[in-house]
Amino acid sequence: MASLWSNLRFRGLLYQVLVVGAVVALGGWLVHNTLVNLAARGIATGLGFLGREAGFDISESVIAFSPSDTYARALLVGLLNTLVVSGLGIVSATVLGTLIGVARLSGNWLVGRLSTVYIESIRNVPLLLQLFVWYGVVTSLPVARLALHPLPGVFLSNRGLVIPGLDWSQGWLPILDIPHLAGFNFVGGLTLSPEFAALLAGLTVYTAAFIAEIVRAGILAVPKGQTEAALSLGLSRGQILRLVILPQALRVIVPPLTSQYLNIAKNSPLAIAIGYPDLVAVSNTAINQTGQAVEGVALVMVVFLGISLALSALMNWYNKRVALVTR
Amino acid sequence: MIMQDPPIVELNGVNKWYGDFHVLKDIGLEVARGEKVVVCGPSGSGKSTMIRCINRLEEHQSGCIVVDGVELGDDLKAIEAIRRRVGMVFQSFNLFPHLTVLENLTLAPIRVAGMTPAEAADTAMALLERVRIPDQAAKYPGQLSGGQQQRVAIARALCLKPKVMLFDEPTSALDPEMVGEVLDVMTALASEGMTMICVTHEMAFARAVADTMVFMDEGRVVEVAKPALFFDHPANERTRRFLGKIIGH
Repeated sequence: MASLWSNLRFRGLLYQVLVVGAVVALGGWLVHNTLVNLAARGIATGLGFLGREAGFDISESVIAFSPSDTYARALLVGLLNTLVVSGLGIVSATVLGTLIGVARLSGNWLVGRLSTVYIESIRNVPLLLQLFVWYGVVTSLPVARLALHPLPGVFLSNRGLVIPGLDWSQGWLPILDIPHLAGFNFVGGLTLSPEFAALLAGLTVYTAAFIAEIVRAGILAVPKGQTEAALSLGLSRGQILRLVILPQALRVIVPPLTSQYLNIAKNSPLAIAIGYPDLVAVSNTAINQTGQAVEGVALVMVVFLGISLALSALMNWYNKRVALVTR
Repeated sequence: MIMQDPPIVELNGVNKWYGDFHVLKDIGLEVARGEKVVVCGPSGSGKSTMIRCINRLEEHQSGCIVVDGVELGDDLKAIEAIRRRVGMVFQSFNLFPHLTVLENLTLAPIRVAGMTPAEAADTAMALLERVRIPDQAAKYPGQLSGGQQQRVAIARALCLKPKVMLFDEPTSALDPEMVGEVLDVMTALASEGMTMICVTHEMAFARAVADTMVFMDEGRVVEVAKPALFFDHPANERTRRFLGKIIGH
């Protein structure tokens, strides 16, 4: 017995069996406990509720939705809203972050300092607070009749941002649909709600500060000799950045950038604070109405896990593609 | 005979400081078209800094540098014009690792000289033949040996048909058995009439190729002489001690 106990293989096996046993026991207890309590409160389990009529409206949606549609469709609307704001947020935060990251390395003192101030002030204030500020800014814009009109066809008012859209209803070719003011509201074009605009602005500005630092670190990781070699060939500063520095900086930038993209997707549920109907907000309403919290929360978790894993897989594939070839 | 032409590279009273440190002190140097100049001296003597001033990788603070009739100043157009006429080879190769050998050679011809990709590729292949590695064109720099990388770097520096080539210790980062292949390419280039300014400690190469030897110490040009005179009867005491140390053993 003593010899068995001192056997390293036996000990390793024993520890693993004990850990697996503990995990299974804990899980079983949790499931049993949940089932007993759900039964005591008379709540049916299962995903059957998804087929029932939702009975509530959703303020904005990229697909048609009415209160008589099912819970499943309501959750789909929420998911699409999450994907739209995350997707646009990823694109705009990448563009803004890259510009600021490059600007922070600028030889121009003022440009460099302004970027530093931006990064240090934005990334050190909680995102939730920034969302409230953006929401305040967007909702205190002038009424539609007095809307800001910075570009032809673009209106900024307390009803949100109105931009030209594409009208597909007239046959195969889309017609550019330029919005105009009619009475107290806008007709035509694409309207981004104040909630959507505030959330997109908040996610973009916040995440761009982190991306800027990642881009800066990536650029600094490229040896100085690369710039010197490119300069000695007569390339301009802009060409060097585009053709020599950024392509090499990418292999340092991509892995931490992936984390920031995941953060945008995972921060998007803060939408609930300013009333944008993302997946979490919609499922919250569904849970309140049906009482099926376990299924609702589990669904949201699975969906977010799916989004994150898909993003990671995409970025890992991209990272492999930009990796340097060595022997 | 070469004395009649105006010099292609001319440094006059050039001074440079890094903070309080005076790296270049009143440098004067004239290089004629087709001349091969080898610059040597102890480390920290300002050799690299001097040749890096010629294509403005370093900025000089006083004095004047004229390359092929264009004076180096704050005018970006003049600087870029000079860089196109001056090729440079670095100690650490500095090839672009994300581009193939061929792309390393065609980048500047396409982007700076406005050649078509096909023209640029033809020129590049001809240059790779000259440095004797045309079969490596599709590889990435990371797949080549140090000697091969430095030969690609020489070809890259030649791709804009420069009038002057600067070499900044081109063999110092190489394994000993690869030094020869790089020096062979440089010797061939010299025999084709290229104007060359080389910072190197390869004294056998210097003796065989150089028209003029320049010895620098503590930021000054101490001695300028023909190689025969320089190696056999150095005029300056510092030069004698330096040569004694690097050739003596």
